[in-house]
Parts: sequence; structure tokens; C-alpha cells
Amino acid sequence: MKRRGITWFIKEGVLSNNPVLVQLLGLCSVLAVSTSLTNAVGMGVSATVVLICSNLLISLLRKFIPEQVRIAAYIVVISGFVTAVQLLIKAYLPAIDKSLGIFIPLIVVNCIVLARAEAFASKNGPLASALDGLFMGLGYTAALMAVALIRELFGSGSLFGISVFGEGYPGILMLTMPAGAFLCLASVVAAVRHFTSKRRGDK
Amino acid sequence: MKLLRVSPSPHMRSAKTTASVMRDVIIALSPALIWAVYVFGFRALTVTLLSVAACVGAEALFCYITKRRQTISDLSAVVTGLILAFNLPVTVPLWLPVIGGAFAIMVVKMLFGGIGKNFLNPALAARVFLFLSFPSFMAGSFAAPDAARGLSPFALSIGLDGVSSPTVLSSIESGVDKRVLVDMFYGNIGGCIGEVSKLCLLLGLLYLLVRRVITWHIPVTYLVSFFLLCFMFPRGDDEALSFALASLLSGGVMLGAVFMATDYATSPLTATGKLIYGVGCGGLTVFFRYFSSYPEGASFAILIMNTFVYYIDRWTQPRRFGGGKHAGK
Repeated sequence: MKRRGITWFIKEGVLSNNPVLVQLLGLCSVLAVSTSLTNAVGMGVSATVVLICSNLLISLLRKFIPEQVRIAAYIVVISGFVTAVQLLIKAYLPAIDKSLGIFIPLIVVNCIVLARAEAFASKNGPLASALDGLFMGLGYTAALMAVALIRELFGSGSLFGISVFGEGYPGILMLTMPAGAFLCLASVVAAVRHFTSKRRGDK
Repeated sequence: MKLLRVSPSPHMRSAKTTASVMRDVIIALSPALIWAVYVFGFRALTVTLLSVAACVGAEALFCYITKRRQTISDLSAVVTGLILAFNLPVTVPLWLPVIGGAFAIMVVKMLFGGIGKNFLNPALAARVFLFLSFPSFMAGSFAAPDAARGLSPFALSIGLDGVSSPTVLSSIESGVDKRVLVDMFYGNIGGCIGEVSKLCLLLGLLYLLVRRVITWHIPVTYLVSFFLLCFMFPRGDDEALSFALASLLSGGVMLGAVFMATDYATSPLTATGKLIYGVGCGGLTVFFRYFSSYPEGASFAILIMNTFVYYIDRWTQPRRFGGGKHAGK
């Protein structure tokens, strides 16, 4: 196994291999819950917790899971953690549970979680897998928050539900609609691609 | 010394340039603009100028930032600005055409590669963007002609009380008076800036046809299929002919058929393709008017057909002369 420093995980998860902005995974949840920053943080943190836990457990079990049924085994592990997270949110943060609704249970089929299990946790040690889960989760949260920032700020004129532009701001309603989600996500992806490709020196 | 110029085909030359075509479109649009200023007052002119300025400014800015060749001299941004303004009610706050123009040029046109590469009509996409984003300014009631004339041309935003009235289109099912039909033809009704006078729009169409800027296919098939569908399936208690005429003369269908569905970049190239496209626009407009929650459907219809243009062009690709049955494919 290669030894990797923590900076490698940070760079890989948040920038050069960001699950949303570079791998374009898990877009369904990004498009749906990025209407407000509160939702984005709630969703991002839940997914990160699930990613860390499932990566850790799958990495520990990687020698025991038979090759043929690995996907099913991953899903069982993931859905166990998702259920736990969902129950915790229901108990302690009922408001977040209400606004995220179906998207918390849907983390089970979020392709980021499954992709990290398949691509990383099944081949690496537990510590590395947990770190990978953490920074992939943070990358997901960052992308989600970037999209939500644009949509909430210009769509409803507020941040975390607190009005920024005052009462008179009419709000660009389209940004809060699904069409606006696509526009904002595309702009964020384009911007990130633009800046990262410039730094690498290839146009 | 004169040298023989060697160049690859095509060798046909024409005096037509993008700028000359766009200049013709601007000339064709001007009767409707003059009428709008006459009927709605100078605020219509302010809104139009702001929209044009925003479009041209956005294009210049985009070219400057991305270090491209400046393309504003081809006048296409001016046309986009004019058509966008024609789709706005005269009562909109003055920042609205600026946002719309910037969206039309930056997002819909330039991000996809500039003139000729946009797959949606920029002005229409911007109109729908504004319509979905600011429904309180864009939908609902429009200024009545006489009341609008007194509006201040420079006030940033104005109250709608006392100037607005429901349009014919929103109450079309309860029947339309014959005299109102004449008013609708001349343009003495409430509505968006450029859409009210069907006479001026038809003058514009005539000019475009005479100058061979566009062919008859799209506007005629669009309007005829729209009229026939309304005539065959009338709504309300009125007689079918009167309903179909009122439908044809209300809303933005005429403006859409003449100036928006015929945009070069977003309409098919072949004659057959244009016929399919025109009928599609007409059918979808009727569909949206009848079954959607908004009174007007022309802009949605044209935008949806815009996305089909690539496929229509593929289907109707002409066969190469001398080629076999499948040679052109």
C-alpha cells in the first residue's frame, strides 16, 4: 500500500477529484437540496458521516466480503449507517429532517458513497479509507454549499435563512426552481474547471 | 500586381453579411417600436434602449474578458435586445431589461460559443427566465394603452394600480367583440411592448420577405397551423372563426412567428425542415395556451422547437445530387 500524506487526501477529495465538481457523482441530491445553505450543510454533514463510517467498516471487512456479492454487501453496510443517521436527525434536528425529507434515506443509493467503497475502501486500509471518506464528504459538502450559496443568495436574497438584501429584493425565482439548480451547478463546475485547468497549465 | 486568388470552395459570393441581415431585421422591427412608443408612451422607448444597451454591453464585456474578437459590430446583440424588449410589458422596473439582456447574451449566447452556436433563441430564453423569475412584473395584467402613455419614462419602478387591465388573451374564452378584433389588429390593446400591433408586425414580415432575409415557410406554417387548430377546437361559447381570429391576434404568437421562430441559428436550414418546425411551433403554442397554467404559450413552444432543430436538420438533410438513396446520410 502506498503511504499518502493528509494533504493528498485533502487535495484529492476537495479539489482535483471532487466527487461532485469533477466526478459529477451524486448530482441528484445536489440539485434537489441546494435551495438553501441550511439544507446544504445538513445534507453534506449527513453524507460525510455516512461516508466515513461506511468506508471504515468496508475497509475493515474487505478481506471477508466475497468478490461476487460485494456490491450487495456494501449496500447493506451503507444502508445501516444511513438508517442510523436518519434516526439521529429525526430525533435531534426535526427541522432539518422535515426540509430534507426523502433525500436523507436516498443517501443509500448516492453514487458517491458506493463509488468510494468500490474504488477506495475495498483496496485500502481503514485509516486511509476513513480519511478518504472524510475529505470526499467535505468535497461534496463544499460543492453543495457553493451551489446553495448562489441559489439562496440570489434566489431568495438570504443566507442561512437570514435576509441579506432586505425586504425590497424581489428574488430571482428561477434560481430556486430545478432549472436554476442546473444553471448554478453548471456555472460552479465550469468555474472550478477553469481555475484548476489554468493552474495545471493546460488549456 | 494582381494575383489570381486561390481559395477553397464555396466560391459563391453574396453581398449579404451578418450585419446587413441584422440591419434588415432592425428595420423590420422598427414599425412595431414606433407604434409602441405612440401607444405606450416614452417609457416603451426607455425599456427598449436599456435592453439593447444591456445586450450590446454584455457582449462587449464578454468578448473583452475572454479576450475574443469583438463581435458587437455584427448588430446581432442589438436585434436580441430589441426582441427581448418587445417581449416585456411597458410597466416593468427599469433594472429588469438590463438583467434580461445580460442573461440573454452572457448565458444563452456567449457561453455556448457566440452567434450561430446558441441552441436557444437568446431573447426568448431571457424572456422565459424573467417570466419565471419575476412573475409579479412579467405576468398578469398589462398596462392599457391610454393609461400607459402618462407613465414616467425614467422612474425606476412604477406602481401598477390604475394603469393595468386584463388582456384580451386572459379572458378570450368569454368571447371577443368584433370591434375589439379591429383594435387588436391595429394594436390598440394592452400587452407587451412589441407584440400589440399585428399590422406593424406584418409590415415587418413583408419587408423581411421582400429583402429575402427569411423565407415564408416558418411564419406561414406557424400561423396557419395555429389558426387551424384554434378554429377546429375552439374554446368558450363564441363561434369558432371569431375565437380563432382573436387567438391569432392576441398575445405574442405573431411576434414569435415573424421574428423569433425565424432566428437563423435556432431554426432548421431546409425547406421541409422549416415546414415541420413551423407546424410544431403552431401546435405546441395551442397546446400550451389550452393546457398550461399560463395564458400565453408562444415562447415555450418556440424554445422547445429550438431544441429539436438539430434533429429536424438531420432528418431532412438533402440528398447529394447524383448520390444514391442513402448517399446523403
